Amino acid sequence: MFNYAFMQYAFIAGIFIALICAVMGVFVIARQTSFFAHTLSEIGFSGASFGVFAGISPLAGMLLFTCCSALFIGFSGEKVSRRESSISVFSGIFLGLGVLFLSLSDKQANYATSILFGSIVGIDATNLRDLVCLSIFLLILIFFTFRKLAFNSFDAQGSEYNQRYNKLISILFLIMLALTVSITAQIIGALLIFVLLTIPASASKYYAHSLWKMIGLTFIFAITGIWLGLYLSYLTNWPVSFFITVIEALIYGSAILKQKISDHHN
Amino acid sequence: MQPILEVENLDIKVPDRTLFRNLNFAIPRNELTCITGENGVGKSTLIKHLIQDLNRNSTIHAQFAIPRDKVQYVPQLRNIDDEYPLNIHDFVALGFKHRILPWNSRAMNQRLREILDETKLTRIQARPLGKASGGEKQRAYLAQALCADPQLLILDEATANLDQSAKHFLLQLLKSIMKNHDLTVLFITHDPELITAYADNELHLENQTATMTKMKKGEN
Repeated sequence: MFNYAFMQYAFIAGIFIALICAVMGVFVIARQTSFFAHTLSEIGFSGASFGVFAGISPLAGMLLFTCCSALFIGFSGEKVSRRESSISVFSGIFLGLGVLFLSLSDKQANYATSILFGSIVGIDATNLRDLVCLSIFLLILIFFTFRKLAFNSFDAQGSEYNQRYNKLISILFLIMLALTVSITAQIIGALLIFVLLTIPASASKYYAHSLWKMIGLTFIFAITGIWLGLYLSYLTNWPVSFFITVIEALIYGSAILKQKISDHHN
Repeated sequence: MQPILEVENLDIKVPDRTLFRNLNFAIPRNELTCITGENGVGKSTLIKHLIQDLNRNSTIHAQFAIPRDKVQYVPQLRNIDDEYPLNIHDFVALGFKHRILPWNSRAMNQRLREILDETKLTRIQARPLGKASGGEKQRAYLAQALCADPQLLILDEATANLDQSAKHFLLQLLKSIMKNHDLTVLFITHDPELITAYADNELHLENQTATMTKMKKGEN
């Protein structure tokens, strides 16, 4: 399997994606903003198809769109993005724009499928280099803002009064989320990003209660899903996203089951 | 001793009315001052206004004798539901702010152990905060604020949802922590019983003004 360069690339990309989803996912779950991760992924799709239409790379288009909307939401206040109606409006408009850009650019339909749902053969050496550079940049950013992000995410009210530059940290988080979405989309596709961004972290909170353990466990859940998914996809020639979603869903199911059983015993 | 906070001729207006006119009071150091008054009189608004002045370094009407870093505000409401995953130990540690590296230093872990001990949380530190009782949650909020090594602690209705024994336990704990750390506490509350038992001063807000009363107490 590793004789194919694209499989090597995909496995390496998987490590970075799992690392990023582990930290960002735990924060997304703590802030209860999974819905925003979902909206961002639709915005990401629209950005990628804009990239194709405008002749810049899909990744550049995604970064452009997701970072701009993160800034917009950040400055207009996260409350706006929580309203159900504004979520539908955002999702709708950006999906619509995505479809428009794709039809304006004369790419084939299978290109759309690979943006939307990801593909393992999609990653070449240049993509991998971009992905690794972006991931390392994001990880460095996380390293230096970790404490502030953790306080801001796990204790919104406490940090509002007792942490300096707290509003700025919230906006920075949204930008980092936009980066995460753009990076992760490379392998799992724009529409299914929230699978890696929210499910492993949601499952880990039933197994672990310390911050580092949650992050570690989320990493294990994410990397298991990605690597096993890639392997099964290689064997069966079915889409990798399908396997990743099923594996993550099973992990989540087991966490819920464990919780039910332990509630029952208490 | 110089008061920790002096307020002079302060007016506070909200969009549709004037909350306070010409407020004058001083908060003495190392004492427990209860802020009382009817619902809606503007107790929390007053505190938030004072903190905002401190943030902006505006000293015309409110003079703090300490920097912003040394003031910790414990808000009345927090979004901690049953499924809140983080354990008490890690929640309290969020209060350490003067470090960039993501992991705690040895000295911080030592300090954390002392704080958990002081707030009687050591035994339950591994429990998720979402599963803790009301009294335990308030102690965790208090412990988190102590991590910042404050000189002035502002508690907003910390005992509002606590039963009789949890209330007294929290206040006794607070009193002993105040003594050990030279801490000044402003405590917004409705509870006359707690005021008689523990307060050194009462700042009563009514009719757009504030009246400061020194409490007489047998045991002190």
